[in-house]
Amino acid sequence: MTSVLLSNGLLVGAAALGLVSIALLWRVVVGPTTADRVIAVNVIGTSVVVIIALLGVALGEVGFLDVALVYGLLNFLLSLGLARLSLDGGETR
Amino acid sequence: MTPFDVFVLTLVAGSVAFSLITLVGFVRLPDVFARAHAASKAETLGALLGLGAAALALDDGQATLKVGVLALFVLVTGPTAAHAIVRAAVRSGEKPWSRTDSSSEKTRASTHTATGGEK
Repeated sequence: MTSVLLSNGLLVGAAALGLVSIALLWRVVVGPTTADRVIAVNVIGTSVVVIIALLGVALGEVGFLDVALVYGLLNFLLSLGLARLSLDGGETR
Repeated sequence: MTPFDVFVLTLVAGSVAFSLITLVGFVRLPDVFARAHAASKAETLGALLGLGAAALALDDGQATLKVGVLALFVLVTGPTAAHAIVRAAVRSGEKPWSRTDSSSEKTRASTHTATGGEK
């Protein structure tokens, strides 16, 4: 298994990424247009995928990687769906 | 503290640094088209560095392969999602920010011209 120092470093990195994600929520709240909000949510989702992967490695839970994979897939589908249905007026082209 | 640990922790620090660059871009850049640069480039590189650190720290071959697939997925879908959102924003009538357009970003545009004139 990974050393204690490495696990702690990965946990600190995951915590820092979490703080950055929380700060990005500011853009979701104030973002002038819907596109700003959607793109900020997409970025937060990407960094949450990285946080889940780092936590899985640091805690020794390999099953977290499957969770991260599914979360990334849902994040991508969410962004595409919001872009099509909310921003683009629901037109299917 | 082996050199391997130092390398992996450097990758984690790079991931956090590029995520901070993304945050600065999202706070400072003027409109959604400029912010898409921070979302698609800086954030993708930050995510890839973090996933690379995770893949190196694992000693299970199958799990490392899974992290590699995850990194490939993030590399493909991050910029694709940003592109789709920006394309939808253009279709819904969003106009790109420009320095001469004083309708929405008047104060920021005037400060840019003021600092440019002092040089």
